[in-house]
Amino acid sequence: MKNQNTNISQDYKYGFTTEIDSIKAPKGLSEETINFISKIKNEPKWMLDWRLKAFNRLKVSKEPNWQKPKYPKINYQDLYYYSAPKSMKDKPKSLDEVDPKLIETYNKLGIPLNEQKKLSGVAVDAVFDSVSVATTFKDELTKKGIIFCPISEAIQKHPDLVKKYLGSVIPISDHYFATLNSAVFTDGSFVYIPPNTRCPMELSTYFRINAAETGQFERTLIIADKGSYVSYLEGCTAPMRDENQLHAANVELIALDDAEIKYSTVQNWYPGDKNGVGGIYNFVTKRGACRGKNSKISWTQVETGSAITWKYPSCILQGDNSVGEFYSIAITNNHQKADTGTKMIHLGKNTKSKIISKGISAGNADNTYRGLVDIGKKALNSRNFTQCDSLLMGNKCGAHTVPYIKNKNSSSIIEHEATTSKINDDQLFYCNQRGLNQEEAVSLIVNGFCKDVLQQLPMEFAVEAQKLVGISLEGSVG
Amino acid sequence: MLQIKNLKASINEKEILKGLNISIKPGELHAIMGPNGSGKSTLANVLSGKDGYTISGELRYLGKSLNEIPIDERAQKGIFLAFQYPTEIPGVNTSNFLRTSLNKVRKAQGKKEIDALSFLKLVKEKTNELGMDEKMLSRQLNVGFSGGEKKKNEILQMKILDPNLIILDETDSGLDIDALKIVADGVNSSRNNEKSFLVITHYQRLLNFIKPDFVHVLADGKIVKSGTKELAMQLEKTGYKGIS
Repeated sequence: MKNQNTNISQDYKYGFTTEIDSIKAPKGLSEETINFISKIKNEPKWMLDWRLKAFNRLKVSKEPNWQKPKYPKINYQDLYYYSAPKSMKDKPKSLDEVDPKLIETYNKLGIPLNEQKKLSGVAVDAVFDSVSVATTFKDELTKKGIIFCPISEAIQKHPDLVKKYLGSVIPISDHYFATLNSAVFTDGSFVYIPPNTRCPMELSTYFRINAAETGQFERTLIIADKGSYVSYLEGCTAPMRDENQLHAANVELIALDDAEIKYSTVQNWYPGDKNGVGGIYNFVTKRGACRGKNSKISWTQVETGSAITWKYPSCILQGDNSVGEFYSIAITNNHQKADTGTKMIHLGKNTKSKIISKGISAGNADNTYRGLVDIGKKALNSRNFTQCDSLLMGNKCGAHTVPYIKNKNSSSIIEHEATTSKINDDQLFYCNQRGLNQEEAVSLIVNGFCKDVLQQLPMEFAVEAQKLVGISLEGSVG
Repeated sequence: MLQIKNLKASINEKEILKGLNISIKPGELHAIMGPNGSGKSTLANVLSGKDGYTISGELRYLGKSLNEIPIDERAQKGIFLAFQYPTEIPGVNTSNFLRTSLNKVRKAQGKKEIDALSFLKLVKEKTNELGMDEKMLSRQLNVGFSGGEKKKNEILQMKILDPNLIILDETDSGLDIDALKIVADGVNSSRNNEKSFLVITHYQRLLNFIKPDFVHVLADGKIVKSGTKELAMQLEKTGYKGIS
């Protein structure tokens, strides 16, 4: 009898390229490049000085190499650090002035920017290579005193806020890629929620890499003032290319007293082809500071793309009674690699953190959870709960769990649970016997495995994320 | 409904079914009895199309060959297997699973997908009919279910999917008498002129509740004796060694 074979893999849906004239910075990393970026963004001197300080630091800084996924040496002089569509040079005042090609690109990605068609209940900032193309619902948010704009705009219009908070969670000197980002960052989103304000809609940034040989250095800064709430989501895609492209973002979150930030990521950068050629290096630094008492920061990430994913969205729990959460799904298929997890640094009293990580590995992929729970001396009565589950598909992939646990006082409690399992044939047979084909069965079982994390996503995106989980694993069970 | 001709099946080069013949007409209920290791579960697996077996001989269902048809398509064509050990699928809601399954079957049969509300009505009606607890529907599929609950869940799925050919693989094993009655009632109330059943069991006990039209004794991969329900009674007295 014929073996069932449903190895029809769907190609990466977002792999197209937009043909568009662009302005680029001179190739390579130099003071000249930094001057170029700062000038084209019309930045004040303090910003340029800040960048140059980071650049000087970078000269004496070394790339880390303790991570599990190794990668060929990146030639930083062979990259462009700025690329933007020519038409964006004169800052279109409204969407009517934006190059239709850009609008069309976002339509194709399922992110309509037109007033009539824009996603209901979700304000979107669309970042294309190194510039923000458009931000929707801006006026409605302004009425509530909420600032949601490209960070390049915030530097000019809200310098006090930017000066106060930029680099306050991820210092310039943090580590190589964070320092690199500080020197050459181009665009990203800026969010400020005023005191006692609940942001009435989801805020979302959609990052698109288009230009070849170009790195994307996104910088996002979110500040939730006292008693405020915001839910923010980012999505990312890139064209299919044989070269590896670098995406090195810095994201800083600050939650003051009684404030809450919910930050969700659906990362679908181009993962490379079946043989591991091409794909994005996603080397990202994300960190949130629960600065105020009773504040809360919750990270949710669905990482399905990229050749290498290397990131640890973390929480510094400074305020008493503050809460940090990390919910993660990391899916690696074919030759993808991921080394991801979180750091929960407990400093305040009665601080709580929760880590739920689901790693899924298929094909020849390798998936590592690496996490630190550090409860300080003064963080009395603090608690952490960690659960790391790994699911393996096939016998050529790998899953690793590397927890670092430090408890420096005796009144705090840390719990850690970990499991590793395989999708078993009985589960697949059962689903098949109920009329589901192989791909549907895998998708169902994996979605079940990830349920605790998927539930954390804003409703508008949960359905998309579920589909993505299925698509990412297509062809992984033959 | 189903014709099995000279069916041989082996796994890892070990022959388990060694030339099996059965013919089941619409409306009939056949029981297959046999000792452990006689090939009962293999027969259930092979009929549903499970991978890993090397097959020869002929399987015909509704007049067409099944040999090249994959598992999911057989299910969509109305072949249902009630599992001996229904597997647990964590994180998957029982009711959602059932609806997904029903819609796959309906779609394959050219029917419209059932909407959430109509489905809820249907599933509640069937759950109550079987005297089962509605709470089960919102639990994760088979996770933490008792043996009896798992088997009842299989019968519920059978009721909802409304298949033509139903294979019960040792559905009675591990059931207490109350659960056994629920399972038997579920089967009996589904019997009609169009549906056929193949009831695989080790014990005669189930056949006190479900009356078979025919009984076959499977031993060492072959049907060694066929008869009516009296054969089952005889087996109960003499044991499998008394046959052949």
